[in-house]
Amino acid sequence: MYWLRQTVAVLFLNLRTIPARLGSSAVAIIGIAGVVIVFVSVLSISAGFAAAMKGSGSTERAIIMRSGVDTELTSGIEGPEIRIIKEAPGIKRDGDTAFESADFYAIIELPKKTSPETTANVPIRGIEPAGLKVREEVSLVEGRMFRFGSNEVIVGRATHNLFVGLNVGDTVISGQNRWVVVGIFEADGGVAETEIWCDVQALQSGYRRPNWFNSILVTLESPDSFERLQEWLKANPQTQTVDVRRESEYYAGQSEQMTRLINTLGFGIATLMAIGAVFGAILTMYTAVASRAREIATLRALGFNAVSVVVSVLAESVILGAIGGSIGAIAAYLAFDGFQTSTMNWQSFSQVAFAFKVTPALFATGLLYALAIGFIGGLLPAIRAARLPISRALREL
Amino acid sequence: MRFLPLIWMNVWRRRIRTTFTLLSIFIAFLLFGIVMTVRTAFGFGVEIAGNDRLVLINKVTLILPLPISYAQRIQQTPGVEMVTHQTWFGGAYQEARNAITSMAVVPETFLDIYQEIKLPPEQMEAWKADRQGVIVGKDLAKRFGWKLGDRIPLLAPSWQPREPWEFTIDGIYDGGPTVDKTQFFLRYDYLDENRPPALNGIVGWYVVKIADPGKAVELGQTFDAMFANSGFETKTTTEKGFVEGFAKQVGDIGTITVAIASIVLFMFGLVAASTMVQSVRERTNELAVLKTLGFADSKILLLVLTESLIITVGGGALGLAAAWGIVQLGDPTGGLLPLFTLPPSNIVIGVGLMILMGLVAGIMPAVGAMRLQITEALRKT
Repeated sequence: MYWLRQTVAVLFLNLRTIPARLGSSAVAIIGIAGVVIVFVSVLSISAGFAAAMKGSGSTERAIIMRSGVDTELTSGIEGPEIRIIKEAPGIKRDGDTAFESADFYAIIELPKKTSPETTANVPIRGIEPAGLKVREEVSLVEGRMFRFGSNEVIVGRATHNLFVGLNVGDTVISGQNRWVVVGIFEADGGVAETEIWCDVQALQSGYRRPNWFNSILVTLESPDSFERLQEWLKANPQTQTVDVRRESEYYAGQSEQMTRLINTLGFGIATLMAIGAVFGAILTMYTAVASRAREIATLRALGFNAVSVVVSVLAESVILGAIGGSIGAIAAYLAFDGFQTSTMNWQSFSQVAFAFKVTPALFATGLLYALAIGFIGGLLPAIRAARLPISRALREL
Repeated sequence: MRFLPLIWMNVWRRRIRTTFTLLSIFIAFLLFGIVMTVRTAFGFGVEIAGNDRLVLINKVTLILPLPISYAQRIQQTPGVEMVTHQTWFGGAYQEARNAITSMAVVPETFLDIYQEIKLPPEQMEAWKADRQGVIVGKDLAKRFGWKLGDRIPLLAPSWQPREPWEFTIDGIYDGGPTVDKTQFFLRYDYLDENRPPALNGIVGWYVVKIADPGKAVELGQTFDAMFANSGFETKTTTEKGFVEGFAKQVGDIGTITVAIASIVLFMFGLVAASTMVQSVRERTNELAVLKTLGFADSKILLLVLTESLIITVGGGALGLAAAWGIVQLGDPTGGLLPLFTLPPSNIVIGVGLMILMGLVAGIMPAVGAMRLQITEALRKT
């Protein structure tokens, strides 16, 4: 207990002298804050993107597409096959209505509000009347539902915010097709909010591909009936070239490339910066030790042991790390959490809106980085402080 | 020059401090190089895309096709040197997640328009003579260990038949640092022969080489008017504009990377500045002695600034060189950033920033040293 009291005493002495060494301490603090800002903000991009994708998929739904494809865009299933698939077991039914919707999924180009001179890809999805039953989370926030058999469309909230000319009452001209916007919908923040929806038959005829679909979305009787559906599709010779996936897995897969890319870059850059910040911390602590050489020597002469000096220098460095880390993490949180943006998801080749997300895990990892930088940076200077020859240090100056 | 040994001695006066400052600056410019490379990669080659090449796509979206009959009408338009077309094939090797950027092209016109693709003449001839042949980028061949003459099956579930398509590698192309070497080019006639008859005669988009880049806008309007009110209306842009539009869809990566680079340089610039301040403060006495010996104020200023510059430019140059070396190793993400290169213009900017950092870090202590009052300084301590 004796050495602990000593350590605490020296530590408080160190901390009280920080204001006198503000300049060099600031170098370490700002350096560490910089690392944490970059780390947390870059990774909050992929966290937000992954969350947007993950939130779009439900474990109670399944999506059926052509085998071997990984997005709806490249999948194609023709009418006769659709009819057979719709008979499969494991799909929720309520009296006459089955909870299944064969969709036609295409892309149109529209000008973005942020850069009206260039266009970006927006998915347009044709759904069947049961399509809204399958997607219970969808609700209209403005206007009304489109009428089946017409060229009316409803627009996802994020699409409405991102693109020009998608207010209720506007007409969207795409090639020779004219679509009239009659409503705006939300879908619990899922990617459906970056889509435009209309009647599947109207879309098929607009694209001159009658009786052609990209996918079928179904509600499962229960999450466990997935296997039953899958086995039936495999066993039936007419449906062997389609694959069924849980919707949650499908959307998680959709974010894989993007999150891998951002995480590789984010971790790489943050690690290099952290190495640099360690050098900065070492410099700061060496300066601190050098400027207090006489003080430390006096303490040693008074009988304070070497361990207490080492621990106190290390603790000071870690505290600087904690200050820098907190500043960085809080700054990143204030600046970026909830920041709305959109990007092109390379897997579906269209725009996805999402918000940067500073998760508690990211926040904690950032702080941990900062503490580690402080600790490693303080190690060498602490040892040096303990090794100072007492007599020479006292004689100096 | 005479004072270089003196400056050199001063630089290394505190070995540990100088070493760690140099290392910090080294890391700063290593990061600068890498961040700028990422920025370039997300530009998808905007810098090199041609202004003398126009891209005609379906007005609704790039995904929808155009009829092959447009080729002749485009070719006959005055001002057009050459026209070729490309069609997205969408193949994957072995499993769906190994997606490959694969396009069906017409070898003769394709190679003529894209002079930047380097292919040995005998491989070029082999490809022109082999319908089932393909040429692949050097990086793609390396990724899967493909060699000339290999038979490659590609999955292409969006086309019928749904069985894998087989190709023979007739050529492996190379090119400058700005050429995407991860692509796979098959022959259009082979695709057209083997896909369902209902899809025959459609292509993805046209690339047109024009004689005078100044006429790009005018010619673009001519094409779009030519095909207006048909079932397949077109949208024409320069290749540069096309690539820029694509990069814009991905989002503002440019701003993010510049922000990161600024934070990094500020952070490490501060380290350099703090080192210089301390270094000069410790030497107040010596500087006063130098002045007593008759050193002019301007010379003192120069001494300190040079010392600061030696540290930032020395550490920075090594950092940029290391960044360049790392970039040569190639894309760390396994094919997601095909254009992974550090443009020379960014190296020049980097060198400029090193000098600027040295001057900024050194200027305050240097001016302080210059203004030293000899008597005051000698009395201190």
